[in-house]
Amino acid sequence: MSIGANEEFRPKIVAFCCNWCSYAGADLAGSSRLAYPADVKIIRVPCSCRVNPMFILRAFERGADGVILCGCHPGDCHYSTGNFYARRRMTMLFSMLDYIGVENGRTRVEWVSAAEGAKFSATMNDFVAKVTSLGKNVRLGDLRCKN
Amino acid sequence: MQQRIGVFVCHCGSNIAATVDVKKVVEMLALEPGVVHAEDYQYMCSEVGQAKIAEAIKEKQLTGVVVCSCSPRMHETTFRKCAERAGLNPYMVEIANIREQVSWIHKDMEEATQKAVILGRAAIAKVSLNTPLKAGESRVTKRALVIGGGIAGIQTALDIADAGYEVDIVEKTPSIGGRMSQLDKTFPTLDCSACILTPKMVEASANEKITLYTYSEVEKVSGFVGDFTVDIRKKARSVDMSKCTGCGVCQEKCPNKKAPSEFNRGLNTRSAIYTPFAQAIPNVPVIDREHCTKFLTGKCGVCSKVCQAGAIDYEQQDEIITEKYGAIVVATGFDIIKLDNYGEYAYDQSPDVITSLELERIMNAAGPTKGHLERMSDHKAPKNMVFIQCVGSRCSDGRGKSYCSKICCMYTAKHAMLIRDKYPDVNVTVFYIDVRTPGKNFDEFYRRAVEDYHVNYIKGQVGKVTPEADGSLTVHGVDLIDNKQIKMKADMVVLAAAIEPNPDIRKIATMLTASIDTNNFLTEAHAKLRPVESPTAGIFLSGVTQGPKDIPETVSQAGAAAVKAIGLLAKDKLLTNPCTAQADIMACNGCSTCANVCPYGAISYEDKEVRGPGIREVRRVAVVNSALCQGCGACTVACPSGAMDLQGFSNRQIIAEVDAICR
Amino acid sequence: MTKAEMQAEKIKEISGTDPYKCMKCGKCSASCPSFDEMDIKPHQFVSYVLNEDIEALANSKSLWKCLSCFACVERCPRDVKPGKIIDGARQLVVREKGGDYLKADEIPELLDEELPQQLLVSAFRRYRR
Repeated sequence: MSIGANEEFRPKIVAFCCNWCSYAGADLAGSSRLAYPADVKIIRVPCSCRVNPMFILRAFERGADGVILCGCHPGDCHYSTGNFYARRRMTMLFSMLDYIGVENGRTRVEWVSAAEGAKFSATMNDFVAKVTSLGKNVRLGDLRCKN
Repeated sequence: MQQRIGVFVCHCGSNIAATVDVKKVVEMLALEPGVVHAEDYQYMCSEVGQAKIAEAIKEKQLTGVVVCSCSPRMHETTFRKCAERAGLNPYMVEIANIREQVSWIHKDMEEATQKAVILGRAAIAKVSLNTPLKAGESRVTKRALVIGGGIAGIQTALDIADAGYEVDIVEKTPSIGGRMSQLDKTFPTLDCSACILTPKMVEASANEKITLYTYSEVEKVSGFVGDFTVDIRKKARSVDMSKCTGCGVCQEKCPNKKAPSEFNRGLNTRSAIYTPFAQAIPNVPVIDREHCTKFLTGKCGVCSKVCQAGAIDYEQQDEIITEKYGAIVVATGFDIIKLDNYGEYAYDQSPDVITSLELERIMNAAGPTKGHLERMSDHKAPKNMVFIQCVGSRCSDGRGKSYCSKICCMYTAKHAMLIRDKYPDVNVTVFYIDVRTPGKNFDEFYRRAVEDYHVNYIKGQVGKVTPEADGSLTVHGVDLIDNKQIKMKADMVVLAAAIEPNPDIRKIATMLTASIDTNNFLTEAHAKLRPVESPTAGIFLSGVTQGPKDIPETVSQAGAAAVKAIGLLAKDKLLTNPCTAQADIMACNGCSTCANVCPYGAISYEDKEVRGPGIREVRRVAVVNSALCQGCGACTVACPSGAMDLQGFSNRQIIAEVDAICR
Repeated sequence: MTKAEMQAEKIKEISGTDPYKCMKCGKCSASCPSFDEMDIKPHQFVSYVLNEDIEALANSKSLWKCLSCFACVERCPRDVKPGKIIDGARQLVVREKGGDYLKADEIPELLDEELPQQLLVSAFRRYRR
């Protein structure tokens, strides 16, 4: 899947979704037929707090152009407190990423409940548009992974 | 060891196959390393489809299975059970969600197929690193908690008790009975509400399996399905329940009768020591400390003097009761919305503009007017009454609720009919947008209001209600069928205000970690197939807490919730989720970071002998209690040395997925 | 796109409303102080736009009878805002005429004693350059 110079730029986007709220929200977006770009690929994790900053670095290293983390609304976490940890960790990680040149627009934390299919779809549309406008991510890429 | 992976791609009829080139997906995924078998089928979840998976597992000695189909929330369990029957560990199955995440949201076939292949690759990458897991067991406390003592909670508790299990009802107000106890008559049979509710309340209080905690609130919930620990705050009643005989003298003699009556929706007042209504259960009064003279000034004590049983106890403190439960049923019910946003209806300006629930109290023989229909301003009998439907329901302007409150059309028909029956000289006009009467004998009921009782139904909304100087009200409405604006005089206006979930529900949902929707209704595990269960295991939904409902629906849902709770309580052991955290003792340095972030207290520390190349020493290391661990993974990220990992969602597995997606 | 379709789109664009959200409750018409003066009633504005019957709407009396008091906009439970729709239609007509519908100096001789003050105020608010 190489992107030729004359082709329209399509970003690679990894979305981490917690099993209880956001993954269900994505399912609802699906069953309500609320479209969002195919560039978004979802990875299911039990809770947003399971997402190790390492996973996000790895994604950028392997050529992702944007990473979004979705969890339950603050206070609604299935495990009570998981999303609070995620929020703190990501605030810190994203500011460091911004510092080294991975713009803030490429990373996002969003709260999507199981009932918010429309929000999930709208969020993804918005995020893809944002990342597309930023273009290909050139930082952090592992040169050995070029294909 | 290289895994032997089988890939199964489902067409889901045309649900997937219409936008994803299933054959192409099979072809592409067959090329992945480790894949020894790949096929597609119309319906993988069908018996034939499952047989294909089982057959391939046996014939090709598969060690891992990837099913590209619908959401794992839908059929993961189905395919895991299928694998287990075929002799494969059920946790060696992964699902690639190519329906909800691909075919249903994408239109372009090429793009969708490509995405399906990528999701398939991610699942294959993950399954290659899966390890067989075994579910543990946990015990079930054979006792249920019902939060809310309205008709939903009472019915659920009665049904659970009937099956032989202990059940506790926690009710916030001083008496059980809930919203239904405030109603006068019920549609469509016009049964007297109290006559059908009171026996149920009595039954609940008399049942030896049922414990009532009234004037109490749930304070804290911990634990998980089968083994919840709940703190219940029994608020100080200031009356000793064991001594009180319910004679009612204290309420009669109480000199402070200025507190607004909650039960009568503030239409009249009650004494500071009170039971909400005559048939209250338990029939033990409560001192409202915010209005009691004794508590406000220290001087009074009349109730204590007149109480022959010596039950009054001004010193009484709140009490916390801690109890263990296997299942929790939420039945917190509803209230009607505040009308602050609807100034045009003049609810705040005129006492003659009332809500339907207030009318319910006015028409009730035990209500503020002893059941006599009169204006609250001058106590005169009204001549013209106007009902306005959909006040705050079906709104998308941010002022009201987006949903239909469901019960208003029917209770308005009931009110209109009862008024026309009892006071034939009163003209009744109903402004409606749609009349919605799905339900057994419901439309016939509404038609009776029109045909037999000549209630004037006008299709159109009311723009505003103006209070006039002479005390009457002018209603500015429209008749959309006649295409005419209507300006009519009314003596009373009744607003069918939208219903909303009990405001306490947010707090309760957070304690239970039960998910809640944007309207504050609790979310069900599946909108169609699991309507009385919360996605959080062990939590069940009863009544309006799940969505707007009338009484018959509430009662049937209450029964359904009870059955689900009984099904859980009947089990001796539950299988636990084996996707729990595990510490690598070689890497653990015993720093306690993981224990600090664990919401379940599942991590403890032990001195263990660590053996490795050149190492043989005793270290303090983390040990996860897999019965307590719920598998959130907070510890795995917090661990500074990377010793913690989550089975089923390990670091290597998630990284493999990331790699496959970004490839 | 036909002319009517384009005009309907234009009205939606100018007014920023979505007529599909209407649930036909009639609260706009119930609230309208100029109801009796109008040939097309406020709740009908929506269907005229949806049916792309813009010609009729643009030539209706209602266009100039609306006081822009915005009672309907305030009270519309569905956020459809018929007042803004009619305002959009008015703008459309004004723009097609290539300028202001009226010149400021023409107003005094047209001035009707009965005319509500609010109309003048809102007209100036809306159409000033």
